[in-house]
Amino acid sequence: MRPFAFDHVSTLAGAVQAAGHAQSAFLAGGTTLIDLMKLDVMQPDVVIDINRLGDSALGKIERTADGVRLGALVRMADAAAHPDIRRDLPVIAQSLDLAASAQLRNMASLGGNVLQRTRCTYFRDVSYAACNKRSRGSGCAALDGVNRMHAVLGVSDQCIATYPGDFAQALIALDATVCIVGAGQKARAIPFAALHRQPGETPDVETTLRPGELIAFFNVPAEPWARRSLFLKIRDRKSYEFALASAAIALDLEGDKVREARIALGGVATVPWRAKAAEEALRRKTLDDQAIGAAADAAFANARGREHNAFKIALGKRTLARALRQAAALQI
Amino acid sequence: MPNASSPAAGNASRRNFLIATASTAALPAVARAASAKAVLAQDPRNVSAPIGLALRVNGGERLVALDIRTTLLDALREHLGLTGSKKGCDHGQCGACTVLVDGRRVLSCLTLAASAEGRDITTIEGLAKPDGPLHPMQQAFIDHDAFQCGYCTPGQIMSAIGCVREGHASSDAAIREYMSGNLCRCAAYPNIVAAINQAKGLMKET
Repeated sequence: MRPFAFDHVSTLAGAVQAAGHAQSAFLAGGTTLIDLMKLDVMQPDVVIDINRLGDSALGKIERTADGVRLGALVRMADAAAHPDIRRDLPVIAQSLDLAASAQLRNMASLGGNVLQRTRCTYFRDVSYAACNKRSRGSGCAALDGVNRMHAVLGVSDQCIATYPGDFAQALIALDATVCIVGAGQKARAIPFAALHRQPGETPDVETTLRPGELIAFFNVPAEPWARRSLFLKIRDRKSYEFALASAAIALDLEGDKVREARIALGGVATVPWRAKAAEEALRRKTLDDQAIGAAADAAFANARGREHNAFKIALGKRTLARALRQAAALQI
Repeated sequence: MPNASSPAAGNASRRNFLIATASTAALPAVARAASAKAVLAQDPRNVSAPIGLALRVNGGERLVALDIRTTLLDALREHLGLTGSKKGCDHGQCGACTVLVDGRRVLSCLTLAASAEGRDITTIEGLAKPDGPLHPMQQAFIDHDAFQCGYCTPGQIMSAIGCVREGHASSDAAIREYMSGNLCRCAAYPNIVAAINQAKGLMKET
């Protein structure tokens, strides 16, 4: 690990002030940052420990007029255990429960979780020179390498690294917004769907956050479909593993007709993936095998598989189909 | 710290020898910290210079002078002589380094020592008092032979205590799920589950 200047801040203003520096990094749970600093993948020269802000609103879950506000410094385990989240937003609780290990969930903050970096082996191992995400223009060793874990949606010919998280899919499905603060600017709110960027020509630019900006809150609106929601995660082993394919589903049903559907996919895409075409395929339809099949086909219509990961297209469709059936069967 | 009292001559077990050696080795770090404490804040012109930290470990305050890059795990093992917490993967994947910070199980290999300042750190050495009985979880691991090589065991025990305190030991399935962050290459898993089932009923007072 390279040396860095360490700053322990106690206020939000102090945090964003200290970050007025291109190579600064905020430290919360550290489960991504310290790991990648050890691997020399991340090389911040200023590390700003923001854990003391956990005593402020950033460390709390609060009801608002139109939903729930999650502080970015709430730990994954605490959000998953919160009774309001478990009752009203089950897809969020389940996405957090199924992520990582108990220790990691005790440590990792919600803000850090949505910003966790890809598990692409070629990204994490700096002995591979070719990684456009680490070093723009250096190439992509995964395109023709071992790419079983890689993405089939949102890929480019510069990068096929999978977005690794689970919680982000729940947020994007529920139309959450992100409240962002930065030095010398008013706090701004953006749709969660506008936070991550597909790799395109610049896989190294993963989010729309500006240098020094900090995620303060996630706002999740109370919507009629949120309670009939779930997170289904398919992986190589039953626990403590990243998704091969996952689906975050929220349904508003009228009898067996779909009034509204919200669908996000994980494990198969370069960013938290909202499957709007699948949602449209279900709207106003009877939720039968035909509609479910059409939705799954629509979700993966533009998928591009490579040598080892083409199976994710079939797996992703089946994951989505199973999640829809399970959501429809929930007793609300 | 179990068996921390001075070993009688001719009766020095390997464990006592290691602890005695480590305690001596820790002294210079404490001495260094006394001067480093005055420059607690890092010198921005020389970020590689050691900084002074006061760590609250197993109920006592320990002063250390550390490179800012030092993880809590390395601070415990290399600077405080508390080698019970183990370094397996050093990347948060195996759980061997699990300790309790403010009562919650966390991975000391992904925690900077500087971030742990001012918080209550409990390691495997802090579970039983010198000459006191073992913690129910330690005793249960012995009773159920819940290990073979023993390398993952301190992390398993600390994680198991966290698991019970969180209320996640209600069934075998819950124990397996909530202990999945602690890998055991010897695959003592069935016995670990049995040990946790035994200890959970005896842990109320701890």
